[in-house]
Amino acid sequence: MKNKVKFVQGNEACVHGALYAGVDFYAGYPITPSTEVAELLAKYLPQRGGKFIQMEDEISSICAIIGASLTGRKVLTATSGPGFSLMQEALGYAIMAEIPCVIVNVQRGGPSTGNPTHVSQGDVNQARWGTHGDHAIVTLTASNNQDVFAMTVEAFNIAETYRTPVILLFDEVVGHLREKLVVPEEGELPLMNRLKTDVREGVDFHPYLPREDGRLPMSDFGGVHRYNVTGLHHDMWGFPTDKPENVHSLMRHLVDKIENHRHDLARYKTYRVEDMEYLLVSYGSSARSSFHAVDTLRNRGMQVGLLELQTLWPFPSHIIAKYSQGVKNIAVVEMNMGQILQMVKLSVKNPDGVFLINRIDGELITHTDIINALRLFQGQGV
Amino acid sequence: MAVEDYIRERFLPHMWCGGCGHGTILNGMIRAIEKLGMSKNEIVMVSGIGCSSRITGYVDFHTFHTVHGRALAFATGVKLAKPELNVIVPMGDGDALSIGGNHFLHAARRNIDMTAIIMNNRIYGMTGGQHSALSGTGISATTAPYTNIDPDFDVVQLAIAAGATFVARSTTYHVKQMSNLIRKAIVHDGFSVVEIMTQCPTYFGRKNKIGGAPEMVKYFRDNTAQSGSKKLKENPGLTEIGLFVEEDRPEYCSEYDKIIERAQAG
Repeated sequence: MKNKVKFVQGNEACVHGALYAGVDFYAGYPITPSTEVAELLAKYLPQRGGKFIQMEDEISSICAIIGASLTGRKVLTATSGPGFSLMQEALGYAIMAEIPCVIVNVQRGGPSTGNPTHVSQGDVNQARWGTHGDHAIVTLTASNNQDVFAMTVEAFNIAETYRTPVILLFDEVVGHLREKLVVPEEGELPLMNRLKTDVREGVDFHPYLPREDGRLPMSDFGGVHRYNVTGLHHDMWGFPTDKPENVHSLMRHLVDKIENHRHDLARYKTYRVEDMEYLLVSYGSSARSSFHAVDTLRNRGMQVGLLELQTLWPFPSHIIAKYSQGVKNIAVVEMNMGQILQMVKLSVKNPDGVFLINRIDGELITHTDIINALRLFQGQGV
Repeated sequence: MAVEDYIRERFLPHMWCGGCGHGTILNGMIRAIEKLGMSKNEIVMVSGIGCSSRITGYVDFHTFHTVHGRALAFATGVKLAKPELNVIVPMGDGDALSIGGNHFLHAARRNIDMTAIIMNNRIYGMTGGQHSALSGTGISATTAPYTNIDPDFDVVQLAIAAGATFVARSTTYHVKQMSNLIRKAIVHDGFSVVEIMTQCPTYFGRKNKIGGAPEMVKYFRDNTAQSGSKKLKENPGLTEIGLFVEEDRPEYCSEYDKIIERAQAG
């Protein structure tokens, strides 16, 4: 039991979560502040018979994990801002071809090379809409090591269940913060493995014909079913088509398989939300400061609570709607220019009562920043 | 097995133009595989985007039609994840060496056991006749209306310099040689490159007034010479074809197996 308690960085917690989930293939390219993920997997994966490869760039890294996934492996890559930009085309390919994979983006300041060693949450909308074309995406995040571990396991489970890429959107503070991690016992967290087809050899296999529940049983490359995988719109055999009825049903399937499970995919935490007058909505490292601010303000008699989002996409509007009922004001605490703010405004009856508390200078937003901002929009001086 | 057993007849007719050389390469490739007696289940064919890359749709292997220029990166993932699979990567000239140049260099450098087949028609066919990194100076293309000033790569020299351990070149005129070279490349344990000069009568032929497919194939006959031949010695300006490099060097996946052993030894 003792060796299950670790004192590690968030990036290391992510690695332990991935190993717990059964990752056995990693391809990546060094980039701050995510590099520890690659370094640790270069060490741990071969110890378990898994494979690690350092590719020539982030484009080839995501391409390699997509290829490896088709052979039946659980796959991961990790990057940060500029690398995440380079991955966008192949991310869309994994969505279109329905290939399970997990992509970690430890966010740093952008745009461009930006502020590599400092914190930001500027890639929230890129995670949602970075790749071209209409699509759905799953994006999870976390604010502490225990949750980084849990969300990493969740990411693999969701990727394998829905045959989709899942983005783990951490940030520099979470990635580099060193704190306790308790690695759960084997079997403590459920693990999902991909659904394999039971179609026998010699019987026509339809790799892209969804079952009634929207899931698609797979067959590994090297197995008895030989089929085509493409980024073009395709029919049930995976063969390219531009027939309007095929294109329409494929587009609906790709979006519905995620959006129809919006409720199942919603992960979040609440803190002191009873008798709230003010609600803070936050995620990632800014949720840690929000947590602190709630305690401080509750001690001063202010009725404030915290909703910490762990699923960012598909956006859990129903959760926002639920916790916004009866509150005077909502403050969205994030380290960008209001990317989740816009989504919260769309999810509530009174969008004018939603405010942004942010910081965009590369420094972690503090509980004092939050308290001061709350005083300002209450009409009080700082 | 008969050649048609390797074809997905359901998806025919193919989308290539009349006179296109890609069908000849498909034929040569299938005959090579047939001669080797390989199981269809052990072959993964990975392609990128372009006319040439549509080849994967028509063959009855595990087929992986990926994104433009990155076929070798996807293929690297497949191969390292499951080294017992035989990975063949047909690519066009623009796909392999314009947008995909970096991945080509690094796949060669790693000497990972895959077969890269460069179907070089010196033009972007699917988008309508633009010049590529293998077009060369002086040719006409829709994006070189006053002729091209961009020099081309010599694929053979590039592959050798980057570390490929099997490097060959042939044409759609030399069908038997082409098929034999593909067969040897598949068997070779390491990164193999076979450049095949092929005709695009629709764009390259028309834009450069070479004529139709027969004239273009004759052009390959008349403007190439076998490596080490008297014809080449007397006409050093001709394009050299044949087998250039076949050497034994540590293969990437086998080397990684040793890493696993080392890691597990503690």
